[in-house]
Amino acid sequence: MQLRPAGENAVILYLGTATSPEVSAQVQAAAEAVVQALGDDLVDLVPSYASLLVIYNPLTTDHLAVCQRVLDAVEVLDTSVAGSSAEVVLPVYYDPEAGADLEQLARRAELSIDEVVALHSQAEYRVYAIGFAPGFAYLGEVDERIATPRLSTPRQRVPRGAVAIADRQTAVYPAVSPGGWNLIGRCPTRMFDPEAEPTMPVAVGDRVRFEAISRERYLELGGELE
Amino acid sequence: MSMAVVQPGLLSLLQDGGRFGQQRIGLTTGGPLDPEAFALCNRLLGNDPNATLLEVSFGGLVLQANVDTCLCVTGAELPLRINGDDKPLWRVHAVKAGDEIALDFATSGCRSYIGVSEGFSVAPQFGSTSTVTREKIGGLHGDKLQPGDLLPCRAVHNSTLRYLPENCIPQYSRDITLRVIPGYQQAHFSHLQQRRFFSSQYQVSDRCDRMGYRLEGAAIECDIEGILSEGICFGAIQIPADGQPIVLLNDRQTIGGYPKIGSALSLDVARLAQLTPGARVSFEAVTPYGAHNALHLAEYRLRRQPLPEYRE
Repeated sequence: MQLRPAGENAVILYLGTATSPEVSAQVQAAAEAVVQALGDDLVDLVPSYASLLVIYNPLTTDHLAVCQRVLDAVEVLDTSVAGSSAEVVLPVYYDPEAGADLEQLARRAELSIDEVVALHSQAEYRVYAIGFAPGFAYLGEVDERIATPRLSTPRQRVPRGAVAIADRQTAVYPAVSPGGWNLIGRCPTRMFDPEAEPTMPVAVGDRVRFEAISRERYLELGGELE
Repeated sequence: MSMAVVQPGLLSLLQDGGRFGQQRIGLTTGGPLDPEAFALCNRLLGNDPNATLLEVSFGGLVLQANVDTCLCVTGAELPLRINGDDKPLWRVHAVKAGDEIALDFATSGCRSYIGVSEGFSVAPQFGSTSTVTREKIGGLHGDKLQPGDLLPCRAVHNSTLRYLPENCIPQYSRDITLRVIPGYQQAHFSHLQQRRFFSSQYQVSDRCDRMGYRLEGAAIECDIEGILSEGICFGAIQIPADGQPIVLLNDRQTIGGYPKIGSALSLDVARLAQLTPGARVSFEAVTPYGAHNALHLAEYRLRRQPLPEYRE
């Protein structure tokens, strides 16, 4: 465990150096502990794969005090009660019609499309981080056989709900945006809806599974095709 | 009751103090690029410190008042005209329904703040009215102002007309130093590279916006190419593979995987955000304690700033 200065009102706690469910659970537990320890002095928290960025109010506390309070709070972490760990199932319409890179990805992996779909939908993923855009959840880890590097030229426009792979990560694009991940399908579930409560179906630490659905079911669930 | 947008200018955005506590779902903070000019505008108007104002980048805004109120413009130097008459900035002016308020293009600095008594009344999203166009959140419709937009505000009579004394008006230099707290991946930059970073002069490139300011100058090498994506704080200085520093501002991504050498002090980032391409920037190291001292002094000065009244 290592705590370093990040900025005038921020310190960053490193809980590991690689991606793993254990480190991720520690990040979760540390986030809960820091919320308790800093109280009103805490402004924001950014949990990620193996780190926790702690943003505090520099007019009500100071760097040294924050370092001590954070280190004390995370000295013993109980990962068994760490935050949320809900299981969320996201339906996906896997088809070249919905995932522009599905055929290419299968060819590259020397697998059939059905095998790619099976490998992607059989695994259980963990939400390691949320960022890049509102509601963009980084899920890991994708089976090595279908891990695929980012496109050399990112797309100008990736549709909302696009299910994509980059290396050993997978994600659902919460809104139309540029993007360089490999598109393999579409998910009809809204990943970010400012009007909904909760705003997002997943939180960091949750477990996610994908369930293959038909074109008809996808449209029935409100999915769009363009 | 409102102000009508006749001409929106290049980039005019409703902003309050910023959106905090939402980074867990990927929402960035937004908020005013120059918090000093923002704070003084609200203080001159006697508003809540978090009242919603309009941040006008580069100028070119024309509003028509549909209400009697008071207004104030702070920040970048630009010609302000009410019904065609030149008016000073950093001073509260009474306006009446039907008046036309025009901000010409900025001549020194590039971010101005125009506020009205009690602020613009806009519904907050995720606890803030700050507009982040990339997220389509905040403001009137998650976007910059458009012609015909109506900015809701209340009729206010008998406001106190205050002004900022001339010798207190900030000067926006085209040659600034950013104080930097070394941190994050600092250890992955050799002593030679750190010395180069802190002794070189950089120029603001034309790739600068509310997300970040990309600088051009001596390339800085890092021992590592990328890192496991982690939280990015305000003012963080990313060094991508080409070695050209990027200072991250209000609309930055919440997490990212480029190495960072440290983070600039917010008081200095406010001055950076007033710069346009070609301006010069250098860096100076400061400890977290030095940074806190500077923040407390700035807060003290702001609170003690005399804002005398005048009569029309």
